[in-house]
Amino acid sequence: MSKRPEHQAPPEVFYNEDEARKYTQNSRIIDIQAQMTERCLELLLLPEDIPCLLLDLGCGSGLSGSVLEENGHMWIGLDISPSMLDVALERETEGDLVLADMGEGIPFKAGCFDGAISVSALQWLFNADKKSHRPVKRLYTFFSTLYASLSRSARAVFQFYPENESQLELLTTQAMKAGFYGGVVIDYPNSAKAKKFFLVLMTGGSGPLPKALGADEVEDNIQVKYARREAAKAARGKPLKNTKAWLLEKKERRRKQGKETKPDTKYTGRKRSGRF
Amino acid sequence: MKLITHNMLTSKCLKGVMTGYPLAINATDVKITEVDFNPEFITRVIPKLDWEVLWHAANSIGHSEGLPKSIEPKFEENEDFLKKAHKILLEVEIEEGHLTCPESGRQFPISKGIPNMLLTEAEVQ
Repeated sequence: MSKRPEHQAPPEVFYNEDEARKYTQNSRIIDIQAQMTERCLELLLLPEDIPCLLLDLGCGSGLSGSVLEENGHMWIGLDISPSMLDVALERETEGDLVLADMGEGIPFKAGCFDGAISVSALQWLFNADKKSHRPVKRLYTFFSTLYASLSRSARAVFQFYPENESQLELLTTQAMKAGFYGGVVIDYPNSAKAKKFFLVLMTGGSGPLPKALGADEVEDNIQVKYARREAAKAARGKPLKNTKAWLLEKKERRRKQGKETKPDTKYTGRKRSGRF
Repeated sequence: MKLITHNMLTSKCLKGVMTGYPLAINATDVKITEVDFNPEFITRVIPKLDWEVLWHAANSIGHSEGLPKSIEPKFEENEDFLKKAHKILLEVEIEEGHLTCPESGRQFPISKGIPNMLLTEAEVQ
């Protein structure tokens, strides 16, 4: 079975009390969540030193909310898992919490938030956990109601884990359809572990996408790929079998081992003529 | 649930509901928690609020005493007004009770301070 949590059970079932507990006790999870929230805030481009009202989508136990508080912002969080919200209550976060399903729409009136963030929640929307769920429709409902609830020139930044290219495409299409501008920023695209996807959505006119971290060499993406393959070959060392280079290397190795070896001549490794 | 959230919350996600605002409050337990006063934030958030809705919400849970019925002109400089707004927006919390949609009459329970806005399959648009 796949390791992705969203393949295992619907979010309100998967994030039960045990799973929710991890989000207060596991310092690694806490650390990663905090880092990703910091990066989301950075991408949100809020005016400096002004306290804002933010929306935290899939706020869970309020780990991301704590980071928002540290930066002086007030937040309102949405989540579908009651157990996670219970943990948030225990942690006594300052933000206010609402139990809701993002796919049913954002239940807020127009223009109230200065920005929205979401850490590791968006991928859940690709699932059809109930018979009545249509992921494409849910995504569209989500994005269009989110668009309405944001103030003009506000941004929404989502850190998420897409499974494949088509999910990325689906997301951006639905977001654009709802009126957003923007796209996906990939931090550390060449690293398996540090690679992080951020969907950056803008209201009120398109602007340049923020630069991704650790992605300087992306311009020659394909060349880099081939260069790496060549380098890997060189590192592996052995030349192709039954070639002259391979034979010479073999003889050299034997000489080093002190074994009796015929000297290299112009006939070494040469094909026999057909007469033989 | 704080009243700032109530001031923004709607039931427009319900099928057949147009605005779904404001939601009527029926509170059985209200508590007051201290929150640090941040005049800058309150000043920024006041223009986004529907003050009338806020006043009526405060009135319905018995916390409207001393709260002006309308936004005072030049409220940015009026610290007394900002403090009152701060108290009603961030410190008063509804712990138990329910919200009622003004159009459909659907009730959303509030428990442990968290309003439950989850819909059933039939209610989704």
